[in-house]
Amino acid sequence: MGKVQVKICQGTTCYVMGGDVIKSLLTTLTQKYADKIEITSARCLGNCNESDSFSKAPYVYVEDEVISSADLEKVIAAIEKRLDK
Amino acid sequence: MSSSELETKRLKREVLVRLIKAFLSDNFPANTRLIPFDMRPKYSEVPFRCCVYKERGILRARTLAGLGFSIEDDDETVSLAEYAQKSLERVKPDPNPLTVVESACHSCQAARVYVTDLCQNCVARPCMNTCKFGAISHVDGRSVINPEKCKKCGMCMTACPYGAIVKTVVPCENACPVGAIAKDERGFARIDKDKCISCGKCVSACPFGAVHAKSQVIDVLKKIKQGKEVIALIAPALIGHLPCTPEQIQDALHKVGFAHIYEVAQGADITATTEAKDFQERLESGAPFMTTSCCAGYNELVKKHLPEIKPYVSDAHTPLYYTAEIAKKEHPDAVTVFISPCFAKRREVLDNPNVNHLLNFEELGAILIAMGIEMNTCEEKAFTYQSSREAREFALTGGVAKSVQAAWKGEKDAVKPVVVNGLDKASIRDLRMYAKNGSCPSGNLIEVMCCPGGCISGNACIGTFKEAFKKVSDYGEKGQSLEDRKENC
Repeated sequence: MGKVQVKICQGTTCYVMGGDVIKSLLTTLTQKYADKIEITSARCLGNCNESDSFSKAPYVYVEDEVISSADLEKVIAAIEKRLDK
Repeated sequence: MSSSELETKRLKREVLVRLIKAFLSDNFPANTRLIPFDMRPKYSEVPFRCCVYKERGILRARTLAGLGFSIEDDDETVSLAEYAQKSLERVKPDPNPLTVVESACHSCQAARVYVTDLCQNCVARPCMNTCKFGAISHVDGRSVINPEKCKKCGMCMTACPYGAIVKTVVPCENACPVGAIAKDERGFARIDKDKCISCGKCVSACPFGAVHAKSQVIDVLKKIKQGKEVIALIAPALIGHLPCTPEQIQDALHKVGFAHIYEVAQGADITATTEAKDFQERLESGAPFMTTSCCAGYNELVKKHLPEIKPYVSDAHTPLYYTAEIAKKEHPDAVTVFISPCFAKRREVLDNPNVNHLLNFEELGAILIAMGIEMNTCEEKAFTYQSSREAREFALTGGVAKSVQAAWKGEKDAVKPVVVNGLDKASIRDLRMYAKNGSCPSGNLIEVMCCPGGCISGNACIGTFKEAFKKVSDYGEKGQSLEDRKENC
């Protein structure tokens, strides 16, 4: 089985709305899954382009699932859901 | 920014983005008035407070701070639309940078020592027996502290074998190193502007996000819109707080509308060499030590609370001072804007006629979002002036001391740096002692940074310390050392 891909958007909007903080904490907190998941930065994934959608940044992808207003709780839950499968 | 501040900062930034979008729209006043309604429409979820009306009330206050007004002076009968109009007419920004959203202030319980229900009702009662003030009695099978008698010494906390006694704090009061923020008679936080050094520690500390900076974002955008020649002077810490390479920053800022961009690291080179010279002269005339002079929070501290250390503070000006001087010389009619990692620089900017405005990193970030500027697609362009490695690393704790060492021309061993990594009650006490005794036991060149970690952890920064540290050091490594330049001249 390949690693679960976690992409953290580091486009301007996501970065300013806390994407960097999420990335740094997530990397620390998911060390126990280090061999099962891969955390990478992504360029703007285009989720913030609609009129008010910037307010739901930062966006994080866990495989093909888009997580808006991403916080650690949501992202870790999504990762664990994938790992259970 | 730490994770605990993420939610409050996100909220504040969202308000700023909406405000800037309103400014850029065809009807600034009307769209500003709608911000609280857009963020909390009818029947929407109420995430934080009791009802949608209170949420909107608080968002209105946050918008006022974004418009640059003092929330304490808010006349609630005046609409946000009228305030937006007024912000356009303002000639000079408000001199005091911080303001408290009273409706967001939780009016936290005053700091106290409290026996929790983990009290085991023990036989020995060490808490009662250690209290020198007779403040503890035994009521209904549990120890109880009488707040009238309690002196908050904490002896009972140490004595309790169960660790059942706690001391609560008021986060803003606890974070303030100079006792400038305190609850008023009604329990709400108030800032004493005569004591405040504008460091912004309370802004980061308040879990309700009740302390705001009065923004100058409208003042700056207005001047850009009017077609004035507006110059950005970027703090060295900015390199660490944007999702792009240092070389992409210029193009992004041009897209915002800035005509020219200067790295404040350019002035840091001058500060370093001036400070090294100043230090040498002082040592030769027998001075026991010297402190650095580039942190605005520290300079405010010296002015308001620690005048006795003034004779020991270097006479070198700040990097911003020299950079602004150069920018104004090259563009005499331009409007200069300092892009700052912190709030404290507001006071310095106010006293310097060469700097017209200040935008902090969060405000710049909000502008970039509102304008849809994608940083990592911007063009790379090197700065005309190549700043030194040490100047680029001014924003890291220990960086200023290192730069003075690199520019130092005397005996190498003569410089003994001491780094004050963050101002708090303890480090202020130390500094006061050095001034009083006229000696510093641990060295002779004291670098003072108000924020632990240096300017890269300023209270208006965006990214994490770790990433910022890496980016700033990487950029520093690419620069030529002052030590090599010194040999060439």
